[in-house]
Parts: sequence; C-alpha cells; structure tokens
Amino acid sequence: MLFFIARRLAQSVLVMLTVALIAFTLFQYVGDPINNMVDQDTTLAERERLRQELGLNDPPPVQFWHFVQRVSHGDFGVSYRLKKPVAGLIAERFPATMELSLISAILALGIGIPMGVYTALHRDRLPARLFMTLSLVGISLPTFLIGIFLILLFGVQLRWLPTFGRGEVVHIGWWSTGLLTKSGLQSLLMPAFTLAVFQMTLIVRLVRAEMLEVLRTDYIKFARARGLKTRAIHFGHALKNTLVPVITIIGLQVGSIIAFAIITESVFQWPGMGLLFIQAISEVDIPVMAAYLLLIALVFVIINLIVDILYFVIDPRLRVNK
Amino acid sequence: MTEAQDTPALLDIRGLKVEFPSRRGVLVAARDVDLSLQAGEILGVVGESGAGKSTIAYAIMGLIEPPGRMAAGEIRLKGERIDGLPREKMRKIRGKRIGMIFQDPLTSLDPLQTVEAQLVETMRTHLPISESEARARAVELLGQVGIPNPAERVKNYPHQFSGGMRQRVVIALAISCEPEVLLADEPTTALDVSIQAQILDLLRKLVRDKGMGMIIITHDMGVIAEVTDRVAVMYRSRMVETGPSEKILTHPDHPYSRSLIAAVPPADHRIERFPLVEYIEKAGDEQAKLDLSTHWLGQARDFGSHEETLLKVEDLTMRFMTRPSLIPSRRRYMTAVDHVSFAIRNGEVFGLVGESGSGKSTVARLICGIHKPLSGRIHFAGEELTAFTSRRAANHLRRQMQMIFQDPYSSLNPRMKVRDIVAEPIRFHKLASSNAQVRRIVSDLLDHVGLGASAALRYPHEFSGGQRQRISIARALATRPRFLICDEPTSALDVSIQAQILNLLKDLQEELGLTMLFISHDLPVIRQMCDRVGVMQHGKLLEVAETESLFTSPRTDYTRHLLKLMPRMKRAA
Amino acid sequence: MSAADKQDAPQSALARFFDSDLWWSFTHSPVVMLAALVTVVIIFSAVFAPWVAPYNPFDLAQLDLMDSLKPPAWLEGGDPRYLLGTDDQGRDIFSTILYGARISLLVGFLSVIVAMLIGVTVGLIAGYAGGLTDTILMRIADIQLTFPAILIALLVDGVMRGLLPGSHENLAIFVLVLAIALSSWVQYARTVRSSTLVERTREYVQAAQVIGLPAPLILVRHILPNVLGPVLVIATIQLALAIIIEATLSFLGVGVPPTSPSLGTLIRIGNDYLFSGEWWITVFPGLGLIILVLAVNLLGDWLRDALNPKLR
Repeated sequence: MLFFIARRLAQSVLVMLTVALIAFTLFQYVGDPINNMVDQDTTLAERERLRQELGLNDPPPVQFWHFVQRVSHGDFGVSYRLKKPVAGLIAERFPATMELSLISAILALGIGIPMGVYTALHRDRLPARLFMTLSLVGISLPTFLIGIFLILLFGVQLRWLPTFGRGEVVHIGWWSTGLLTKSGLQSLLMPAFTLAVFQMTLIVRLVRAEMLEVLRTDYIKFARARGLKTRAIHFGHALKNTLVPVITIIGLQVGSIIAFAIITESVFQWPGMGLLFIQAISEVDIPVMAAYLLLIALVFVIINLIVDILYFVIDPRLRVNK
Repeated sequence: MTEAQDTPALLDIRGLKVEFPSRRGVLVAARDVDLSLQAGEILGVVGESGAGKSTIAYAIMGLIEPPGRMAAGEIRLKGERIDGLPREKMRKIRGKRIGMIFQDPLTSLDPLQTVEAQLVETMRTHLPISESEARARAVELLGQVGIPNPAERVKNYPHQFSGGMRQRVVIALAISCEPEVLLADEPTTALDVSIQAQILDLLRKLVRDKGMGMIIITHDMGVIAEVTDRVAVMYRSRMVETGPSEKILTHPDHPYSRSLIAAVPPADHRIERFPLVEYIEKAGDEQAKLDLSTHWLGQARDFGSHEETLLKVEDLTMRFMTRPSLIPSRRRYMTAVDHVSFAIRNGEVFGLVGESGSGKSTVARLICGIHKPLSGRIHFAGEELTAFTSRRAANHLRRQMQMIFQDPYSSLNPRMKVRDIVAEPIRFHKLASSNAQVRRIVSDLLDHVGLGASAALRYPHEFSGGQRQRISIARALATRPRFLICDEPTSALDVSIQAQILNLLKDLQEELGLTMLFISHDLPVIRQMCDRVGVMQHGKLLEVAETESLFTSPRTDYTRHLLKLMPRMKRAA
Repeated sequence: MSAADKQDAPQSALARFFDSDLWWSFTHSPVVMLAALVTVVIIFSAVFAPWVAPYNPFDLAQLDLMDSLKPPAWLEGGDPRYLLGTDDQGRDIFSTILYGARISLLVGFLSVIVAMLIGVTVGLIAGYAGGLTDTILMRIADIQLTFPAILIALLVDGVMRGLLPGSHENLAIFVLVLAIALSSWVQYARTVRSSTLVERTREYVQAAQVIGLPAPLILVRHILPNVLGPVLVIATIQLALAIIIEATLSFLGVGVPPTSPSLGTLIRIGNDYLFSGEWWITVFPGLGLIILVLAVNLLGDWLRDALNPKLR
C-alpha cells in the first residue's frame, strides 16, 4: 500500500515538473520578458542590468530550478496585462471557479451515473432509449451554446435569472462564497447547469458502455446460472465491477469540468480563474497563463491521486498479491 | 439401465428445438433433441464445434440469450415441466436444483468478491441458513472439492487461485445448494492435461457420492471415454445417436459417429493414414503425385540432401519480460526456454511435446526468427542463423524454412484475398518472373492442398477452419521450403478435420521430402506423425527418443506421467 | 459449413459492401440515413457556398447598411430577400452560415486528418516496437490525456500567438488546426496502439515475419488495414468534437478572425446583440452548428455500434 502510494506520488511530482517545464519554456521563449516589464525608453544598459538581476543570463537548467523554487512558494510573477502579482489575482478568483465546478460535478455525477446504470440495465425500454437520444443531443451541444440559449430563455425572455456575475458574495476568511445568498444561488443556477450538461452526457454514455461490457462477462452468466436474484446480480456484482474502470474516467471528467469552466465563465462573465485565463491568452499574458496551467495541473494531479487510492480500495487484484 | 417406467427420469427432454433469428434467416441451433438423465448417471453430449451442444445446457437452464428462443419441445425435471416457467420460479430452480459449470474458470468468478462471499451469497439465496452456517459450509465445500487449507483459502479472491483451483471453486459454487442435476459445459477444455484428469475425477466422485445426475458437454472423445455412462452424439444441431458409452465408442451405429470415432488418432499404435471422414466436409480428392523434376515446387531445390543434420539447436535460452519497467532492477523475467539442445536430421519429422507453457512453441519461434534468443546457437543447413546480424542477410535461409500456425482464424490476414496471401512470399522472395506466373503458381498450390484454384479470389472469412489451415499450408509451401515447422497445426480443429490435415501434411512431407518440426501437446497425434520426439517441461528438454521407444519405454518420470494421462479409447478390433 | 460452398463465384467488392452488416444496419435505421443525408447536404452546400448562397456576405459591394439587423423573413419587419434575417452590417444570415460552415468544416477535417496521421503513426510504432519506446510514448499520451482537449488547444493557440505575433491573422486557421490536432492525437494513438498490440500477436503477423518481410512493410501492409476500423469511428466522433472545439475557440475570441468567420465566430458576434432583441444573429448559426454536430455524432455512434458486433 505504502509503496503503491509512494510510486503514484513520484509520478505526480514528475507530471508537475513536466508542466512546470512547459510553463518555464513559455516564459523563456514566448516573447521577451524584459520587454513586457519595462517601457520604451529604458536604455540597453538598464535592460542588461535587469536581465542579470532576474537571472536571465544563467544557464537554462539553473533558471528552471529557480523558477521551480519561486513557483513552489506561490510566486508566479506579475501579470503583464494587469500589472498586479499573479498569485493575488488567482486567489481572488479561485473560490468562484471551485464553487461552480463543485456544484456542476455533483450534478453531473449524481444524475449521470444512475442514468447510465438505468440505460444499461433496461436498454430496450422506452425511457432508456429516450435517455440515449438525449445524451447524443447533449454531446452535440457546445457548452457555450447551452449557456447562450439558457440566457436567451431565462434571462432575456422570461427574466427569471441573472445572466452574468456571481451575485452577492459573503466573505469567509479569504474565501468568498455565493452559496449563502439568494442572488448568489440564483446566479449559480444557469452556469452550473450549463457546465454539467456536457460532462453528464459523457458520463451516462461511459457508464452504460462499461456496464454493458460487464453484463456480458462469464461471471455474470455464472451468477445467473446460480439463480442469484436479479437485483443482487445487477447491483452486487455488475455495478461494482463497472465502477472500477468508471472511477478513472470519472476522475478525468471532474478534472475537465474545471477546465470547461473557462467557457462557462466566459459566457456568464463569471469572475473565476477561467475568465482570467482566457483574457490572458488573447493578450499573451504569460505569467497568468503559466500560473493557471500549474494550478490546474495540481488540481488534476490531486484528483488522479484520489482516484488511484479509490481504485486500490475497490480492486483486490491490486491490493492482494497472489 | 432398466428403470421402472412409473418413476419419471431425473431430467427428461423431448423434441427440443432452439432458434436464433437473424437478418439472414432463422438459425436453428438444436432440433429434435431427446434426452433423459437418471440420478447418479453421467451423460455425455459430444459433437464438434457449432453442433449445438451448449445450446441444450442453456435451454435447460432457461438462459438462452435473446433473440434466441426455445421454439418447441418440453423439458421436465422429475416429471415436472420446467421450460416456460415464470422467471422467478425458474430462478429458484437454477443453482438450487440444477447447477452449471462453465468452460473458462478464469472468467467465471466475480474478481471483486472473495470466494467466501460468493459461496455464502449463493447458499443464502436458496437455502434457509444463517450467515455463520453458510460460512462453515463454505469451508466444508472447498474441502470437498479438494482445495487444501480451505479455512484460509475461503477468504481469498479468485485471482489468488490457479486455473485448476479456480475450476474447483466454480464446482463448489455449482454444487453448494446440493442440486439434483449438474450441467458441465466443456469443464476441462481450458485446462492442462494433468489438471483435466483431476477435475474429471472430482466430478465423477461428486456425482457418485451425492447421487446427482450430470450432463457433461464436450468435443473430446477422451473425456467421454473417461467418465460417461451414456453418450449422445450431436451433429449439425441434431442428435444422431444415443446409447451406452461402451457401445458407441466401440460399435457406433450412425455413420457420423463412426467417422468421428475413426478420426480420433489411436494412442497405442501407429497407422499409415487416417480414415477419411467423408461425412462432414469434402476432404478433397486424392492428389495426383507430383513430378518434382518438372513442377514449380521442385525447381531450384539446389539445397540437395548431402548434409546429415539439417537443423542443430545448441544451448538455446530465451526469457520473456513479465513486468516491464523503466528501472532494470524492477523488471521481472520468465525463462521460457532453458538451455535446449537438439538436432533434426534431413528428411525426418521431429516432434516436440509438452503441456502449455513448456516452451515448445517458443522454440519454434526462435528457430524461425520471430523471437531472438538470449543465448545459444541455431545452425541451419550448415550455416549459423544466430550469427547473422541483419534480417536481410539471413533471408536466403529463412526462405527455406516456413511455419504453419495453430489458430486458423488468426493466421491469415482477414483483409487480404487468398491469392495475395499465398502470393506474398513468392513476390517478396522474387520466386517468379511475371505476375502471370505468380498467379499460375498460386492456383497450382491451392489446387494441390485440396482447395481448388477458385479459392484465390475469396477472403479468409469465407472458409472453415480446416480450409483455412489448407491455405496456411499453401502459403508455407510458396517459398519452396525444405523445412516446415508445424506449431499445433490441428489443435484448434475438430477431430475429423484434424485427420484430413494430418493426412495432407504426411503426403506433402513424403512427396516433397520435407523436414519437419512438429509441435503438439497431443501424444496420440505425435505418435502418428513423428519419427523422433523431444519432451519439454518448464522450458527444459527432458528427453529425446525414437517415437516408438518413447511410447513403449519412457525414460523420465514426467514422460511416464504424461503417458498415463493420455486418454485411451477402447476400439473395435 | 462455410459460406464458400453456397455461392459459386466470389463477390465483387461492391456487392460485398451491399451485402454487409454495415450497409444493412444503415438501410434499417431511418435516423442514421437522415443524419447521413443532412451531413451530405451541409458539406455540399458549404463546399459550394459561393454558388449555393444567395449572397456573398464578404463582398462589400453587395452590402447595404440599410438592410442591417433585419429579422427573419416571416417576422414583422422581415425582408423576403433575407430568409433568416441580417446582421449588424446587413449581411444575409443564411449566407454567412453557409460560408461559416465552410470554415468550420475545413478546420474540422484538416485537424482530424493531422491528428489521425500523428496518432496512427505513434500508435503503430508504440504497439509494434513495444518496450521502452512504447513506455515513453504512452507515458506522454497518458499525461496529455489527463488534460482536456479544449485546454490543450487553448494553450497551443496561446503559445502560437506568442511565437507568431502580428502575422496571426493569416495563420489563424493553420494555428487552429494544429492546436486542435495536437489536443486530440492521443485518442488515435491509444486505440491504434492497443489494436496493434493485439494484432501483433496474431499469427498472420508472425507468418509475415517468417516469410521475411521487414517491420515497416508488415506494419503498413498487414497491421494498418486491420486497425483502421476503430480509427474510422474515432475520426467521425473526433470530427464532431473538432468542430465543437473550433467553434468554442472562435467563440472565446481566440479562433478564426472575424474577417473569415466560422460558425463559432458568428455566434460570438451575435452574442453582443442578444440583449437588444436581435436573437436571430446568434440563434441561427447556433442551430446550424448543432444540426451539423448532431448529424456527425449520429453517424459516429451508428458506425461504432455497427462495427462492433458485440454491442448489438
């Protein structure tokens, strides 16, 4: 067990270093960092002094090492566009993105998994066919269009729900939450649903496919031949075996929810990290891009670690040696 | 077997018909099946693949997969009709009154639950017993099926058991509620010979002790001879003959049963040719003898026969990585071939025999260059194959050795026409001067292996297993080889087709003066085909002997053990 | 037992296709046939947009600002010349949709082809070579797979913008294709690798080795044709995904420039008029996008089920 987790941790560190290298390369080769920090009339000598101070003349591996050290202390530099420390900008927007993603993930998993199981077990029944058709429509709907159509219907035509922003937020320490006010919850409704739809339909289809695969296995046939109750076969044997591969995929899906938040935030002008990132991309604001990338990678790595541990708990083939 | 007519048979099937509708019409998997089983009796259902044997078992269990359905007939358990029962009633019969064992023990158990959990769940579904009683009985059952240390093993997960042990667990599950009838669908096919015998022993003992009735479904005449009291022979979804095993094995009435039994290679003596089974598939007409001095296959046979030894293998060793890793110290290896040395004389058929995993197929793949040896040398026609550094340099030697593979369904590229399959080696080695000549040679070869030249334009999936194996042989002959490696060439085939292919190989070997390495796990086949035999176990070559002396006076314990397990059928004199 | 006994002459390739389960399942599913029809019509009218579309929306001479912001023809104030209405510059929405679909499909197809070329090559090599090559290639693929395609496309797009300042307008489509392809090659690589691993152990490959064929020839002649089935399915599904990603990037303002708008760009432009009541500028391109993607997805779904008999 310990060895297993240690190995996964080592892999996670490797992934983080790879992403850090990409971020570092961005800094190094995309645009000139000095140009982005000084104005037109800075002399060449001054520029050179700045280069020296910032360590830009050191060999790249040394610079990379310094970069990793700075980043691990939360120092991501200063935004080219907003001229503010990136760490602060991210911290301000982090809670908004996390709340949105969390609610969406709960929606997507809470509805997606049962629907997937249902469509697999009763695949010839009418509701199952209906769900499958709906899920196909679901994966064909670009997230931003769902958002736009929702805004058009509930915001512009019916005027029931606010169409942008987070509404009123309450500050608890450095965390700002919209979950405690009415306008905050109202504002959350459409973005969370928009973000959940695509992932939900993917999860329905994945769970269904995996479960159908399991239902065809010999051990399910043998369970039937032993006269076990249908409920026991479906939920005791088939579902549990379905969950083993599904957990990995679901981990990935939860990760993508955070990334897809970029689109939703953009549609609903949701003041989260995604909106910050998309603005950074159009302006080539490298420090913000790099910081966002590293943070997202960290979230993904943590999710993957949790998934691996869950895997380990569920599957005896990993846990128990021969 | 004279039973009073007033007590109904344990299991009685009358006029069973099972259909699978598909878009190309209704496929009838079984028709007009009549069977009856008495308590304490073992009934064998034998037939070749696709004959509809398993369908009977699924029909009895009420588990025919839709859209398949039972179209006619009735099934009675102790006189009470059980086909067409409501789903819930039928479920209570499954596992409680009729148990079933599947073919592949590796996939029959839920990998996420302990053996105990699966046993307890099954018993508590059908029997009014408490959790702790069920647990105690689970241990008892594992003991009964011969699992050592049952109290401890019951807590294990399926992946912690070997294949044979897992089949014992499956049997324990099937008999856990003391069913009256046990259905075993090819229960030993996925297992090694020595484990096969143990499982059959166990099944026979359980049936006798508990007074169950058992139907055992198999394609293997050896299994039938070993355990059954009565046999039903299936052919193309019909039951052609039923009777006591003794009688059917020695004096079958139906021509199909007769040809089926005739096709089983005898274990106790060598025959010249196998009797052909005209009943099933056109065996191809007898080939006219080739005149090698004029025929294409005879051209460029410049290799002569001056060498006494054609192939010499010295100290051959090969290992597989069983756990790959970036870090060398964490890699794990399995030694598949362990310092093997032997020599094959020009013109002889050399056999390699052993159980699965003994390394015999790996030896074949090392010789023809599919795998690279870790150490050791291979000499062919006086040159050292292992000394060549590039593939290209050894091509002129490689051309002289070809291989025929085990699985006729995977040994032909499904996307290529038969003509292109057979022509590929001719074109690659530039053995013909024009396309027209290639085409002529291909039709000639196809004709010669008994397929007819019209086969050239078809795709492999249009052919049956035996026909595909003929295509494989044609492809192997297309390089005009002098050395042919046959890796279990018939073990995926039904016994009657096996006889045809073995005859063909024998003819070709004589006609073309081929030298052969013939690999098989099947001792009777080895006895019919080989001049000398090597016995392999765990990657080591234990002994090499003339075939007859190996069978009559084996030198090692392992060979004696293998010979003892060899199924022997009593035959009509 | 074999089919060979039933028919005398071998069938031609065309006859075999019409006799295949694939064709059968196609002709027995009205939804799939409709999807195929819709896809063909959209592709046709997009490719031949200059001839099919009533106006050329990018020909300034044809534009008249007097015609701007007209609602669809059937609504009050609508103009029968403009079926789906006009945008702020007086461009005919129906025509811009056709021209937009052209860009969307172009980017979609190109990125699928590029991704397929990269992915299939990597997958074949990794699966056939095995060992260290395989481990390294698949580790990279695994790491990339952890990150959603849209994020990678955004990142590549951002980096390219930084590397190619100024000239971006002209290279926008090229950048976009590359960004989408680099974000989706992994799907092909993984599938092809796992099929190659299976095919490699098949005996027909060993037979080719025994004949003496060199590895590249075995890969191209024997293994490639046998792993293409799943690739076709992925390509169809990925085409839908590529169109969505392109639309999303364009909507976010980092895709194709407004001078040659794709469907996503049109939606982005229309989005500004959403609150002032000119909904048609957004809604019709949006519907067009959904219909196109849905039709392609339906085809992909059918193809997957039809080529994988286990699922039936």
